[in-house]
Amino acid sequence: MDYLGYLIAGWGVVLCAVAIYAFSLLRRGKALAARVPADRRRWMTSND
Amino acid sequence: MSTSLAEPQTATSNSDVTGTSSKLTFALGSASLLGLAVLLVLAFVITDADQRVYDRGVDLEPLLTGQGDAVRLLYVHFPVAMVTYIAFMLNAIGSVAVLWKKSTWWDNTAAAAAEVGVLFCGLTLATGSIWGRPIWNTWWKWGDVRLMTTTILFLIFVGYLAYRRTMTDSRVRAKRSAVVGLIGAINIPIVYKSVDWWQNRTLHQQSTLRDRSIEDLTLFTMIFGMVVFMAIFAWLMVHRFRIGWLEHQAETVGLEAAIIERRAQTSTAISDAVTDSRSSTETGSD
Repeated sequence: MDYLGYLIAGWGVVLCAVAIYAFSLLRRGKALAARVPADRRRWMTSND
Repeated sequence: MSTSLAEPQTATSNSDVTGTSSKLTFALGSASLLGLAVLLVLAFVITDADQRVYDRGVDLEPLLTGQGDAVRLLYVHFPVAMVTYIAFMLNAIGSVAVLWKKSTWWDNTAAAAAEVGVLFCGLTLATGSIWGRPIWNTWWKWGDVRLMTTTILFLIFVGYLAYRRTMTDSRVRAKRSAVVGLIGAINIPIVYKSVDWWQNRTLHQQSTLRDRSIEDLTLFTMIFGMVVFMAIFAWLMVHRFRIGWLEHQAETVGLEAAIIERRAQTSTAISDAVTDSRSSTETGSD
């Protein structure tokens, strides 16, 4: 396969960046959820 | 009462917290991973390299005009670029709704879309640069209108995210960042149409989807890639939205705890003052 280095770099940067960001979101969510009571974790509603 | 801001009494332990995950995100995440696996098979196994040739007549050798295996980079570059547009358009819709309805929900949506959009916009620039090296023989070309307008879009939304961090008042932050978001949104159609408006100032070709100049399986893989990356975008958006929601709730819980603490202190002070007053009155009467 031609341009293998470019293919690995292109796909690799996307998959790695998305995976790192996804894991960081999960960690941030878990840390924040520990500070908020369960009854306030109703996601899709707002009284504001 | 001694409730601290960092650890309100109502907070739960880490063991019973599921974070921002739910059945919806589990299903969406699973579908995204499955779709990504299928996309990788399509991009690297099923589709062929781009081996188009230009027939120059009987006397000359046909000219190889295809991109070869570098076309496989477009199966990730194109979907990521499309998701960037969608993310920033969602930010624009959220920004309008914030200014119109002054809604925390829409402010949260706009902020989430901007953050995920910045990630995808950065990846669009990175994958475009990696694709450009073998095809255009350059990593970057200053003056290319598509590259420049995309870079400006990226920088505006990096600024948007930085600007949000400088403000603590949520209402002021929502209003001002909505204005910045709308300024950034003006750039979205300019990025999209730049290759049509300034054809001689870009290395990019005009829309290959519009003139249907690509073959069926290549087209299918590109569109399938777009669906997969939209599912990934949706998963990221849901989680990022919930984080924004939790941040808002954590601020409210902290504020309420501070108010309760303050009231308790005031109540104790009044009670002490009344007791002192009574004891001094009793002493005086003696």
